[in-house]
Amino acid sequence: MAGMELRALRKSYGGLEVLHDIELSIADGEFVVLVGPSGCGKSTLLRMIAGLEPITGGEFRIGGRRMNEVPPRDRDIAMVFQSYALYPHMSVARNMGFSMEIRRRPAAEREGPVAAAARTLGLDRLLERFPKALSGGQRQRVAMGRAIVRDPQAFLFDEPLSNLDAALRVEMRLEIARLHQRLGTTTVYVTHDQVEAMTLADRIVVMNGGVIQQVGTPLELYDRPANRFVAQFIGSPTMNLLDLAADAAGLRLGNGATLPGPGSAAQLGIRPEHLELVSAEEGEIAAQAQVIERLGSDTNVFTEAEGIGLLLARVHGNVDLRPGDRVGLRLMRDRIHLFDAEGARLPTAH
Amino acid sequence: MAALRRTPPALVAGKYAAIAAYVAFALFPLYWLLKIALTPDALIFSDGTALWPSELTLDNFRTVIFQSDFMAYFRNSVIVSLSTAAATTLIAAAAGYAFSRFAFRGKRWVVALMLLTQMFPLLMIIAPIYKLVAAIGLLNSLTSLIVVYTAFNIPFATFLMQSFFDGIPRDLEEAAMIDGCTRLQALRVVILPLTLPGLGATLGFVFTAAWSELLFALMLINSNDAMTFPVGLLTFVSKFSVDWGQMMAAGVLALVPSCLFFLFIQRYLVQGLTSGAVKG
Amino acid sequence: MSATHAEHAPGMPRARLARAWLRYAVEPYLYLSPALLLICFVMLIPLAIGISYAFQSINLLRPFDAGFVGLENFETLVGDGRFWTAMSNTFWWTFGSVTLQFGLGLGLALLLSTQFHGKRLVQALVFLPWAVPTFLIALTWSWLFNPVIGPLPHWAAALGLLSEPYNILGDPDTALWGPILANVWYGVPFFAITLLAALQSIPSELYEAAEIDGASRWQCFTKITLPFLGPMIAITVMLRAIWIANFADLIYVMTGGGPANSTQILATYVFTTAFRKLDFGYASAIAVALLGVLMVYAVILLVVREKLVRV
Repeated sequence: MAGMELRALRKSYGGLEVLHDIELSIADGEFVVLVGPSGCGKSTLLRMIAGLEPITGGEFRIGGRRMNEVPPRDRDIAMVFQSYALYPHMSVARNMGFSMEIRRRPAAEREGPVAAAARTLGLDRLLERFPKALSGGQRQRVAMGRAIVRDPQAFLFDEPLSNLDAALRVEMRLEIARLHQRLGTTTVYVTHDQVEAMTLADRIVVMNGGVIQQVGTPLELYDRPANRFVAQFIGSPTMNLLDLAADAAGLRLGNGATLPGPGSAAQLGIRPEHLELVSAEEGEIAAQAQVIERLGSDTNVFTEAEGIGLLLARVHGNVDLRPGDRVGLRLMRDRIHLFDAEGARLPTAH
Repeated sequence: MAALRRTPPALVAGKYAAIAAYVAFALFPLYWLLKIALTPDALIFSDGTALWPSELTLDNFRTVIFQSDFMAYFRNSVIVSLSTAAATTLIAAAAGYAFSRFAFRGKRWVVALMLLTQMFPLLMIIAPIYKLVAAIGLLNSLTSLIVVYTAFNIPFATFLMQSFFDGIPRDLEEAAMIDGCTRLQALRVVILPLTLPGLGATLGFVFTAAWSELLFALMLINSNDAMTFPVGLLTFVSKFSVDWGQMMAAGVLALVPSCLFFLFIQRYLVQGLTSGAVKG
Repeated sequence: MSATHAEHAPGMPRARLARAWLRYAVEPYLYLSPALLLICFVMLIPLAIGISYAFQSINLLRPFDAGFVGLENFETLVGDGRFWTAMSNTFWWTFGSVTLQFGLGLGLALLLSTQFHGKRLVQALVFLPWAVPTFLIALTWSWLFNPVIGPLPHWAAALGLLSEPYNILGDPDTALWGPILANVWYGVPFFAITLLAALQSIPSELYEAAEIDGASRWQCFTKITLPFLGPMIAITVMLRAIWIANFADLIYVMTGGGPANSTQILATYVFTTAFRKLDFGYASAIAVALLGVLMVYAVILLVVREKLVRV
């Protein structure tokens, strides 16, 4: 096992640079999730770590050793592909033992690790089957088994759960978390699903447009997003954004209410769960309920606020509201985020 | 979609009649070839155009196989076609792999070049090829035919192999490389076993093409020893054009290898011809 | 491209750079080189030589009369009645073959895209002609047209198509029909296979949606099938036409261009001039003319294709 160092890593295709100056340190045993919208460069970065894409500039080290020119087979890493990439002409057992077969370990030596991994993943009875006879979840397990057998310095996952249905995705997510707790192997995991990122990661790397937006623990990203992009990307449902005008009194909401803050135009962000739903008279913002989604544990209330626009409030439990009812909204003061015109985080008053 | 829509019986009958007509059209010439080959010499004119021969004999086949040069022609053709098929498949597999797995400078030009070779009349080069082959003293040798046929078939075979390689996900190779393979190892252990059907189909296509080539063989070969089957049969026809039974028996024999390969590659016909149709 | 960027990377030793360059720029050409070498030496260089022959006098029967003659071959060509006959024959041969092959091929593909008993067997049988070697097709059909040994003249006479059972290959007015018929027999499977693959690529949801919208079977064909297949059909037909225009085997074996040049197309004229008269210069001039015709045709094809793609 080993940590990783990414120093000023760049990637370009022809003249087009798709990753700009990526700086990242991954500690030994850490579970790091790369997350971002499609096309943000997260998969390319993972493939550079794996050695499948040549590195255009900068330096990449595993365990202190420079890896830029090392071919994938010598990097001692294992990877789980989105498509699983199981060898269709080999049985499950041979798929899992393939890395040892290539390194010319005798068949007798291969059996132990394969059997152990199969036991861990509940694949004992499937060892003689071929990939086409497996369900999606089973294929996913075999792909993971193939990685575990290697006992590598690091695991790489490339959107491993995106081909599974919702229930199986939750199950496999748990399995991956357990596996990491038990093995403690350094892991880099790519996904576009922020729920996967929040639940699995020790630290999350949010990327957009080939640039790292923020690195932090899930709660750091939730509580103190570095910019508007991270704020909107992390958290579900998405954070509400309100345009503010600035004057001598501070920041002015569209309907006249004011907030203390920096004396320049900005945007205010507030997560739906930090908007309190109160009676029309008590609220800072008067609004009209439009659509009410009842999820059982929570209720999402979409409201139209005069001069502000659509605001979503998320309330615990159920509320007695009907579309068209007038309501009041109150901002939890310590949960307000402020962003400048470029989207960077501004200090808040509290 | 026809599940709920009732088809009128007249239309169904018409459809089966049309199918029967197509089958008859496709099979009749081959049936006739076989019929004459099996009719005894003495009865050919009296039976003439009757649909069934009144008597069957294998004499014509016996004569062709044991008392003529056709077996030598047959052997020459097998050597030429098999060598061409093997060489072409090997070379085209390498080229198709490069097209499928690499984005490289000049790729557009190489593809355009290969398409060009599919468009110009091959007969344009029959005279220069003759002079070149004569200059290096390879007239009347099977080697010159093999080299020429291999070159002719490479472009199509390359596009065919590329389409087979394209069907194998890149992830598999990458997984193998992460598992410890070099590129060549990944090719041998993972890609090759998966592309065996593709290799087989390409072999079949090229074999069939080489087996039936006539004009270049006519130009480059005129000694009896080196004649391929088409050249031999045509020479026989122009010299002894009355030995109907024997000629057709020889024709039936010429049909055998092609039909065997046809049965073998039939599954891939659609794939092969469409990739050929779209790309040239 | 990777290599040029690598040059800016600091601290990258030369050896590594060279290796990276080798891997990304040279490796694919390593795999391509046997194919490219063969194509160059067997096809492209002879092609260039062939074009140069068109401007030379090269006749193996008159070896001492060789040398560059400028456009003399082409001047002879313009005054050569056979050449112009061959030109118009090429058109009719190609047009007739393609039209019939396509029509029958489309019918077959539509039949095979429906369900019926014994479909797999039928499919194998009707595709069989495609596998028959072309010289054998030519021989078989010339035998079928021979009244001594083949039934076709007798049938045609019985149907009143012919006044008496004679060999149509021997009559200048009808001879071209012989090779065309043989070519149709050979080419229908190609069109059927190509069109069948295209038919199967049309999503069945489209037909279901049309059926729900109340379209009749004929409407489904004209409003969905044809527009969907249109561009692909046009390109296949046009490419196939080039191939057929160059396809000399059937005519050469069945009639040798005769009788009285009534079946001579440009491709067979090239071959007989080279093979029988050993006049390579003149043969190459005809071939260059054929290439010119095909190039004009290809330009038209490209324009049409552009139009189709835009739609």
